[in-house]
Amino acid sequence: MRRTALLAGVAATALLLTACSSNDGGSTSTADKDMTAEINYAFWDATQEAAIDTIIAEFNEEYPNITVKKDVTPYSEFFGKLQTQASSDTLPDVFWMNGPNFQLYASNDKLEPVTDAVDPANYPQALNDLYSFDGTQYGVPKDYDTVAVFYNKALFDQAGVEYPTEGWTWDEFHEKAKAISDALKADGVYGTVNGLSGGQEVYYNTILQAGGEVISADSTTSGYDSPEAIEGLQFVADLIADGSAPTLQQLSDTPQNVWFVNGKSAMFWSGTWSNAELRESAIVDDIEVAPLPKNEQEATVIHGLANVVAKSSKNKAAALAFQEFLASERAAVIQAEAGAALPAYTGTQTAFIESAPYNLQVFLDEAENSSFPYPVSKNTAAWNQLENELLPAAFSGERPVADVAKELAEKMNEALAEENE
Amino acid sequence: MTSSAVREAGVAAPAAAPAPPAGRGRRRGRSDLGWALVFVLPLFAGIALFYLWPIVRNLWFSFTEWGPFGDSEWVGLDNYIELAGDATMGRAILNTLGYTAMLLCGVPLAIYFASLLNRPGLRFANLFRTAFFLPYVAMPAAISMVWRIIYNGDFGILNYALSLIGIDGPSWLSTEGVALVAVALVGIWISLGFNLIILSAGMKGIPVELYEAASLDGATRWKQFTTITVPLLTPSIFFVSVMTVIAGFQVFDLLYALMGTQNPAIDKTQSVVYYFFTNIKTGDNGYAAAIGVVILLLVGIFTLLQFRLQKKWVTYV
Repeated sequence: MRRTALLAGVAATALLLTACSSNDGGSTSTADKDMTAEINYAFWDATQEAAIDTIIAEFNEEYPNITVKKDVTPYSEFFGKLQTQASSDTLPDVFWMNGPNFQLYASNDKLEPVTDAVDPANYPQALNDLYSFDGTQYGVPKDYDTVAVFYNKALFDQAGVEYPTEGWTWDEFHEKAKAISDALKADGVYGTVNGLSGGQEVYYNTILQAGGEVISADSTTSGYDSPEAIEGLQFVADLIADGSAPTLQQLSDTPQNVWFVNGKSAMFWSGTWSNAELRESAIVDDIEVAPLPKNEQEATVIHGLANVVAKSSKNKAAALAFQEFLASERAAVIQAEAGAALPAYTGTQTAFIESAPYNLQVFLDEAENSSFPYPVSKNTAAWNQLENELLPAAFSGERPVADVAKELAEKMNEALAEENE
Repeated sequence: MTSSAVREAGVAAPAAAPAPPAGRGRRRGRSDLGWALVFVLPLFAGIALFYLWPIVRNLWFSFTEWGPFGDSEWVGLDNYIELAGDATMGRAILNTLGYTAMLLCGVPLAIYFASLLNRPGLRFANLFRTAFFLPYVAMPAAISMVWRIIYNGDFGILNYALSLIGIDGPSWLSTEGVALVAVALVGIWISLGFNLIILSAGMKGIPVELYEAASLDGATRWKQFTTITVPLLTPSIFFVSVMTVIAGFQVFDLLYALMGTQNPAIDKTQSVVYYFFTNIKTGDNGYAAAIGVVILLLVGIFTLLQFRLQKKWVTYV
């Protein structure tokens, strides 16, 4: 009820504004192509800027008088800045949203629902669900990512280790990683490198592979204290403990992608977002992709970004028009051709698969056959922070994995109880 | 400078309230005060708006708790009670004190270098001065990028140099205990330039005759340094120390840029201001404001302490 009243208010304000400025269109989105406006588009990944430039240029062919200003903020600062902007109702008109942050913004009424011009049937259902709140969809899925193993064939050859095969297991993975670390120790090369500053690249996947879960399906309880989750975390800790992978200290000095791109690690668990960097790297001809190894089951988390429009946008008609264009097949193809991200628009992925010489089809197959939804709740950031605070001690071997997992589950359950009050 | 301006304005306020006097000789003084006020007001307004008002607001915020998007409610002393039992805050205070202590070690170093630079007949003196001052004006972010490469545990120049003499160096910026020292070394290196300028200027103010007389009496260079240079330089040293302590208490950018947020050692190395920003980032603005008040108090107490102690060691000629 309250929402309707608010909407009416917004509409009235929009009308008032239209009355004042003569050259603004109406408040409906599929408005005239001549409307004049300036909107901001905020995102964090600079490697996608080229594709976005092309998208804006083509958008301007349709809407020549809408100026789209890019606003690139590194990921580490992005959501802090966004939260400040949301507090003062100065959000960018259109911006990227991710799973962990979506519900916070949707539940606080900061986002504009997508218009009828956007057909959800064009995107995977899992992503439509990720960006819906209380039955309303607020985000247009932009891309999606699953995680696989990039490996460096040259380093495998040098160490005399066989390449990974379909259906390989944790044990095989660990043996290969250890063998390479041992063989190439003199060159400072590791078997694998694990990005551990968030769960998506590595430990969410291993927890799922062991048959555990990060959060219950109804987002009310933590899954960290289950024996399966502990097994998944232990696997990661073991890799570091026996020197198959660099330590957290080493990762802090030199991030995971840098290790891999410079030929200092033979394997690298990462998602489709790494493609843009890897296909331009010096080792591109040595790279190949294998699915993640399995334990109890094959598993990878699937996550994707969305384009959303701010409810507080002063040029909402223009913002919605831009969002609609971003939702189009054409925008998806531009993105795919740039190799920047695997587009969410069904049927446009071919260009992405062909954007690199190595086998990117693996990511698509995984999405179809063995993907699990990305774990989120209403205030995901609260327990993400707990993960970042507590898990390093488990991975470094400073504390037993089971102890850390139990403490994490306990604190995470408190946080979940708080958000559901 | 500022405090005297404020004091003057405060004294002058009642006198200026009546209409401007009609310029009779006896009232001349008052009229000057009125003009002084006119000139001081713009400055004072700026200070009030950008320094004093935020302090008042911050104090207010420290009694509130914030929702994710700016809605706040009054919670009284809750933030302070939580802060008192917060082990992370305790650790952050210790780290900050440790960092400041290390930064102060840069002051004697600066005195020494300043005396070298002030040697009469030193060649390339300007070149040296520029070299020392450059880090102070360079962007901290740019400096940090360079030092991150130097300190890198696996591929850094420092560890490479150490490996040549058979030492296996740690990951300087991500190992607990080592990281704070590594950051402080960069801090000292940066502040050296500023301190040098102040101290050099102070040394220029010392009359040459004193040195001439001393050398006639057969005093060595070292003797001259300890009995003339240092005692007469104490006002400058005092100023530099006060500034260093304040800068030390406010350290954030170096920690942030050198160590980053994902560093496994950051929890045990962070400063009070870093902890303040962590809380801002997670939306705990009220708690952050309470930390801000603690920083203000700490800086206030230590500066006051320094001013009290100056009577014991600072010589004003």
